[in-house]
Amino acid sequence: MQAIGLHFSDWIIILFYFAFIIGIGFYLKKYTKSEDDFFLAGRRNSSWVAGLAFLSANLGALELLGMTGNTFKYGMYVAHFYWIGAIPAMLFLGIFMMPFYYSGRIKSVPGYLKLRFDEKTRVLNGISFAIMTLLVSGINLYAMALVLHTFLGWNWDVSMWASAVTVAVYVTLSGLMSAIFTEIIQFFLIWFGLFLVSVLGIIEIGSLGEIMQRVPEAFSKLWSTSGDPTQNGMMITWGGIVLGLGFVLSFGYWTTDFLVVQRAFSAKNLRSARMTPIIASFFKMAVPFIVIVAGLIALVLSKDPNSGFALTSDGGKLNYDSALPMLIARYFPRGLVGLGITALLAGFMAGQAGNISAFNTVWTYDIYQSVINKKASPKHLLWMGRMATIVGIIMSVATAYWAKSMPTIMDYMQAIFSWVNAPLFATMLLGMFVKWITPNGAFWGLIAGMGSSITMYLAVKFEWISISAVTFSKVASDMAANFWRAWWAWLICFVVTIVVSLFTKKKPEEELVGLVKGLTKEIAGEFVPWYKKPAFFAVLSLIVFVLLNIYFW
Amino acid sequence: MAENVKKMKPIWFFVGLILLVMGGVILATGVYDLIARVESKTVLARLHPNIWWGAIMVLAGLIFVLANKNATVE
Repeated sequence: MQAIGLHFSDWIIILFYFAFIIGIGFYLKKYTKSEDDFFLAGRRNSSWVAGLAFLSANLGALELLGMTGNTFKYGMYVAHFYWIGAIPAMLFLGIFMMPFYYSGRIKSVPGYLKLRFDEKTRVLNGISFAIMTLLVSGINLYAMALVLHTFLGWNWDVSMWASAVTVAVYVTLSGLMSAIFTEIIQFFLIWFGLFLVSVLGIIEIGSLGEIMQRVPEAFSKLWSTSGDPTQNGMMITWGGIVLGLGFVLSFGYWTTDFLVVQRAFSAKNLRSARMTPIIASFFKMAVPFIVIVAGLIALVLSKDPNSGFALTSDGGKLNYDSALPMLIARYFPRGLVGLGITALLAGFMAGQAGNISAFNTVWTYDIYQSVINKKASPKHLLWMGRMATIVGIIMSVATAYWAKSMPTIMDYMQAIFSWVNAPLFATMLLGMFVKWITPNGAFWGLIAGMGSSITMYLAVKFEWISISAVTFSKVASDMAANFWRAWWAWLICFVVTIVVSLFTKKKPEEELVGLVKGLTKEIAGEFVPWYKKPAFFAVLSLIVFVLLNIYFW
Repeated sequence: MAENVKKMKPIWFFVGLILLVMGGVILATGVYDLIARVESKTVLARLHPNIWWGAIMVLAGLIFVLANKNATVE
C-alpha cells in the first residue's frame, strides 16, 4: 500500500508528544524519593486519576486496531469484550475484592498470595506474571513497529528503539507515577484523536441508524443470534460468551492482572481504590463508540463500490487491522493525521510503560526480595526497581526481534491470558471467600489450571484432539476456543484447589484476618452520603450495562 | 520533600497543556489551509474538520489549564 503521508504540522505534533512525555518523566523525578513513590505513585491518587489509568492501562493501540478490525470481521459481537467481558468483573473488583487487596497494604497481587497462602504460590505467580508481561511488552513493541512500517513507511528499527528508549527514560525516572500520567494523557489523545473518525464516518454515511441498517443483521445484534454458532460471525454460543469471556477471562483479567489492579493500589484511600474500577467501568462502556462504530463504518464503506474504500490485503488475505488507519487516511487532513498517529503511538507506548511498571514491581518484591535478597533496604529496592525497568525494556526489545524472526509466536500470545489469568481467578476467588482453602490447595490448583490450559492449547494446535472436544460445537473460531479453554482451566483449578485443601493443613485463622471474607471487619472510613458510595455508582453502572445489552439485543 | 510534594501540579494541568498545544497546531494548520486555499484530497474536506476539531481541543485545553493553574497535589 501507499504510505500515509505526513505534513510538517503532523511531525510537530508527533515530536511534541515525545518531548512532552520525556519532560513529564524529568518533572516527576523530583517527587519520586521513596520506593512507595516509585512502585505505587506515593499512594496519593484520586479515584478519577486511578480510574482513568486503570482503564487506559488496558486501552492499548493493538486493542484499538485489533478490535476495529474484529468488528469488520465479526460485527457487534466485539462489543461483548467491552460490556459483558469487562463491566461485571470491574464492579465485582471494586465492591467485593478491593477491601481485601487494599487493606493488606500489599504492593502486588502475588504479595496477596504470600499473605493468604504461602511463599511458593507467590513466587509461582510472580514468575509466570513476569514472563507473561515481558512477552506481551515485546510483542506490543514488534506490533507497533510493524504498524508504523506498514502504514507510514517508517524504519522498523528506528521506530522500535525510539519508543523503547522514551519509555525506558520516563519509567526509570519516576516509575508508576509517570506511567499513570502518560496513561491519562493517552486516554485524552485517543478520544480526541480517534473519536473524530466515528463522527466523520457517521456524517458521510448519514446517521448511526443508517449504518446499522446497512450491515448484515447478524452483525448488528449482540445476543439474538447467539443460540446457534453458525448464525454469528464469531461462531460461538451464548454459553461460551457468558462462561468463557463474561466470567472466567473477564474476571481473570480485570480482578487479578496486576497491570490494571496496580492502578487501584495507587489510590489514596480505600474508598478511592474501590471507586477506581467503578469509574473506569463507565468509560469502558463508551469505548465501542470509537472501535465498534469505526469498524461498522469501514464495513459499510467497503460494501459500497462507489466509496473507493478498501482494506489492505497481505498475500491475498484481508488485513483487518488496517480498518482504522485506512479511515484515518480517508478523513483526516493535515494536522489531524499527526493527532491520529500520535493517539496510536501514545496507546502503544503507554501500554509498554504499563507492562514495564508492573514487571519492575513484581520482579523487585515478589522475586528479588522474596527469593534472592530478603534483607534488601528500601533504598536498594528503589535502585533495583530502576534497574529492572532498564533490563525489562532490553528484554522486551529482544522479544520484539524474536517475534520479527518468528511471527508465529503471535498465535501463542492470543492464548497466553487463558494460561495465566484464568486459573488465577479461581485461586483468588477461593482464597478471598473460603477460609479453609489451604496453601497447598492453592499451589497445586494453580499448577493444574495453568498446565491443563497449556496442554489443551497445544493438543488442539497440533491436532492431538478435535477442537469440538473443547468447545462442544462442530464449528468454532480461535476466539471461541480461547473462551472455552479459559473456562476449563478455571474449573480444573477450582476443583483441584478444593480437593487438595480437604486433605492438607490449613492456615491458622488469626493469620487470615483482613484477607478473607468472614474474618475481616468492615473498615469504617470517612462518612459519605449514599450518593457518593461505591455501591451507588456500581448500581448506576450496572443499569447502563443492562440497558446497552437490551438495546442491541 | 514534603514541600516539593505539595507543589506538584495535578495531571489535569498537563492534559490541558498538551490539548492546548496540539489543538493550536491543528487549528492553525486548518486556518492556513483555508486562507491559502490548499486543496485537500480527504473525504469531507469541505467541512474543514481540522478547524473545528482543533478549536474544540484548544477550548478543552484552556478549561483544564485555567481550572488547574493554581492547583497542587498534596
